[in-house]
Amino acid sequence: MAYTYPDGHAALDGVDLTVHAGEAVALLGPNGSGKTTLALHLNGIHELQAGRAAISGLPVGGRHLTEIRRRVGMVFQDTDDQLFMPTVGEDVAFGPANLGLRGTDLELRVKEALTMVGAAPLADRAPHHLSGGERRRVALATVLAMEPDLLVLDEPTSGLDPAGRRELADVLSGLGMTQLLITHDLPFALELCERSVIINQGRIVADGATVDLLSDTELLHRNRLELPLGFDPRAGYAARPPR
Amino acid sequence: MHRLAPEAKVAGVVAFVVVVALTPATALWAFAAHALVLAAVIALARLRPGFVAARASVVVPFVAFAAFVPFVASGEQVEVLGMSVSAEGLVAARTILLKAVLGTTTSVVLAATTEVPAIMAGLARLRVPAPITTIATFMVRYLEVLAGELSRMRTAMVARGHNPRWLWQARPIAASAGALFIRSYERGERVHAAMLARGFDGTMPVIHPRRATAAEWGAAAVPPLLAALATLVVVMLA
Repeated sequence: MAYTYPDGHAALDGVDLTVHAGEAVALLGPNGSGKTTLALHLNGIHELQAGRAAISGLPVGGRHLTEIRRRVGMVFQDTDDQLFMPTVGEDVAFGPANLGLRGTDLELRVKEALTMVGAAPLADRAPHHLSGGERRRVALATVLAMEPDLLVLDEPTSGLDPAGRRELADVLSGLGMTQLLITHDLPFALELCERSVIINQGRIVADGATVDLLSDTELLHRNRLELPLGFDPRAGYAARPPR
Repeated sequence: MHRLAPEAKVAGVVAFVVVVALTPATALWAFAAHALVLAAVIALARLRPGFVAARASVVVPFVAFAAFVPFVASGEQVEVLGMSVSAEGLVAARTILLKAVLGTTTSVVLAATTEVPAIMAGLARLRVPAPITTIATFMVRYLEVLAGELSRMRTAMVARGHNPRWLWQARPIAASAGALFIRSYERGERVHAAMLARGFDGTMPVIHPRRATAAEWGAAAVPPLLAALATLVVVMLA
């Protein structure tokens, strides 16, 4: 895939990436490296300029856009962008209602999605009255309600307190679905994703086991990535909570 | 009152306010009847009178100018408290005051018994065009986000020594209004992307198909009908 912004800046410069079903892959890279641009291509928000993208064999774009957007659940970085309806329940219902669900089917779907993220009691609350962690989990529920094949999360831990981050990690690891996790939070990537991809200046510069990439200090340094002080990726990998 | 379908409540409120607005200025007893109906509704909704009065007081600045009308209006002059005022003006001021207070109190009752999203849903079911209800819904949702951004920008200004006291110091405020507009515009684009990502096709999906029952329409029609009846009776007797 390649994508150049109208001002001539090449955000994606020949990215080639395959994520297999059931896999959780972390997409790492510095600010402005093209991570979010790549994500916005996966459900056709950005139109492909060159190359091709497919979700479960279905090409992105054209007539299939609705089905593509059902298959790709995108959780945006700012939950105020994602949660635009007056109540949590209505927001979670928005996606499946667009897919044509009505009545009790719709209610059931909303309830299931909220239960999956442990937010069932929040259904009647207004999004702006929730805590950061609650908002993040509700934002996740809004796409889970569409029963996606692939979950794309853009900086899901940004702005969360440690407990909120822990709850999110527990929810995500329990889902067992294909995930693409965009993050600067390297320990979070290590915990949730066996595989990581590093992208810089619109190109993939490394692709491999997360624990190996994070152990390569020189590679991290070249790509403006850094582990927390004193963090040992091998020890962190061994200490992951059991799934 | 709280459980009544919002479209019935909105229609009832509009009808009641129309009746109040159409009541002739001379039909004083009709206004008394309207107030009585409204008081009954407030009691039925179990709203505290103090709560309603406090909220209805927003009307005060708007009706304040009514106090000037008797002094500036022309026509026959009468003596009140030793001051010479226009008789017509006195009636006009009284009418403005009565209608404004009754109208505002009615909308306070609606607001106190109905959440904003429900009012929007009710308006949509009353066939108010979808773009209007959608824009209003989004406005309500993002008002707090915007207010939060504005207050953070203000804090950032104050933190760097800005302490506007005079009009000519307002330039940073004006500049921040511009910045806020750009931010809101960009947020609009991001929200739109988030909506597209969940299959938005240009029309908001109908999520709550519940409609008002005939009984609910009937219940909501009672206050405006009583008010209209009272007006008719008073006008006929006169």
